[in-house]
Amino acid sequence: MQNQAFISKALTRRRLLGQAGIAGLTALAAPAWAQTMVTLPLPGGPGERSVTTGFPQKGAMILQRTRPPLLETPFEVFDKGVFTPNDRFFVRWHWSVIPTSIDVDSFRLNVHGHVNQTLSLTLKDILALPRVELAAVNQCSGNSRGFFQPRVPGGEWGNGAMGNARWTGVRLKDVLDRAGVKPGAVQVRLKGLDTPPVPDGPDFMKSLAVDHARDGEVMIAYAMNGEQLPLLNGFPLRIIVPGWYATYWVKMLSDIEVLDSPDTNFWMKTAYTIPDTPHADMKPGQADVKMIPINRLNPRSFITNITSGTTIPAGKPAPVHGIAFGGDSGVKRVDFSADGGKTWHATHLGKDEGKYSLRRWETRFTPTAKGNYTLMVRCTNNSGEAQPAQANWNPAGFMRNIIESTPVSVA
Amino acid sequence: MKRKILPLALLAGAALVSLAVQAKVPTSLKSVDVTLPESTRALPDGPGVDLVHDNCLACHSAGMILAQPTMPKAAWEAEVNKMRNVFKAPIDAKNVPAIVDYLTAVKGPK
Repeated sequence: MQNQAFISKALTRRRLLGQAGIAGLTALAAPAWAQTMVTLPLPGGPGERSVTTGFPQKGAMILQRTRPPLLETPFEVFDKGVFTPNDRFFVRWHWSVIPTSIDVDSFRLNVHGHVNQTLSLTLKDILALPRVELAAVNQCSGNSRGFFQPRVPGGEWGNGAMGNARWTGVRLKDVLDRAGVKPGAVQVRLKGLDTPPVPDGPDFMKSLAVDHARDGEVMIAYAMNGEQLPLLNGFPLRIIVPGWYATYWVKMLSDIEVLDSPDTNFWMKTAYTIPDTPHADMKPGQADVKMIPINRLNPRSFITNITSGTTIPAGKPAPVHGIAFGGDSGVKRVDFSADGGKTWHATHLGKDEGKYSLRRWETRFTPTAKGNYTLMVRCTNNSGEAQPAQANWNPAGFMRNIIESTPVSVA
Repeated sequence: MKRKILPLALLAGAALVSLAVQAKVPTSLKSVDVTLPESTRALPDGPGVDLVHDNCLACHSAGMILAQPTMPKAAWEAEVNKMRNVFKAPIDAKNVPAIVDYLTAVKGPK
């Protein structure tokens, strides 16, 4: 078994070296796996990024950072359908020590802490539990951070740190019930196999309230879009927290600890906190702002078939379509404006894949006069929350969901 | 009558869904062994670049620095201190000013 793993690794290396050698002959300066460049329109720059196919099990992705990997989904992928292909699904890791080899026979998921019985589950044990499935958007807390003004440090994403998949797995509740949660439990802490490269670095761990963890929707997924997860998206197991930001969707899940007091670890108490204000908005430098852990996704919508600066012929109906998600309550409506938000009309919504899923919308725009137009799209969710006209700001660059604007000219 | 039909319809629907799932989703998982690419981006030369190499790039590749927006010296100082105090990057306190100066020279206001 070990020998086989070694041979396959050696072959992979040789193959990679061979490719590098060939590419090296034609393009000396560029790495073999950096194919093209894109420019994200980030205010003040720098917006130039490589598009790479160099990561295992991934297609062409915008390279935000090689180590630990930050890979953004090129926005045109979202025009192709409401489900994001696994090989184009965004990638985000906090620490660089990520196992690159996972053996499905020796992998264990441990459940311990404030439980009647600790568990050490094999993947076979998990696959034998009742299977559940749902479609849900997975969006980085800092998606679109690069558009914040004033700019803030961090992963300088455009809008592609999100994706939608059909997740298959087992209920976290069913696993917790097997261990038997003791009375007095308050939170369930989730940890993956990734570790810091520095001795005292805080391990990445996230916690959910016990009632949330046991709501029957929070899932331990072993498949996305009908296939096992790519390693960089969390193979073999990933927590799915429908309607909540991706920070809770712990990848390579290996450890579940039931806590009898609130989790005060760095990644809950300090990192991933937002101002407890409408739209998580505050002023730069503002003092005495109450901060709380980030939680529910807010609604967003995008035009996917028309990009900024496009020229549209006058007098002809132009099809406009795109994607929307309602956060944790589903898309109620998506409205379209061709006059910078002065007037709005409802678009036609596509198939409902469930309240946590991306949903397609479409409409037509027939400009009669030549000139410049600002196209806008606004999602309202089933809780009545609509995207705001003003951008929010907070120091971590979280939860951007301003109504998107697409300037076009009609000629 | 309606009451009897509805559960049957639901059952049929559930069976269809689970069949569709079973047809697509794997019933067992296959071991994975991959190689992650190395970064090929270099930091621009300048005073302090060796310190940045030695103190910053153990945790993240150079691209993380190069993709950051222009930030004033105080913001870079806050970043370096965050890496040191929060993420426990083993940076000697005496090297912090030179690292901050390099980052401000490369990614500060011009």
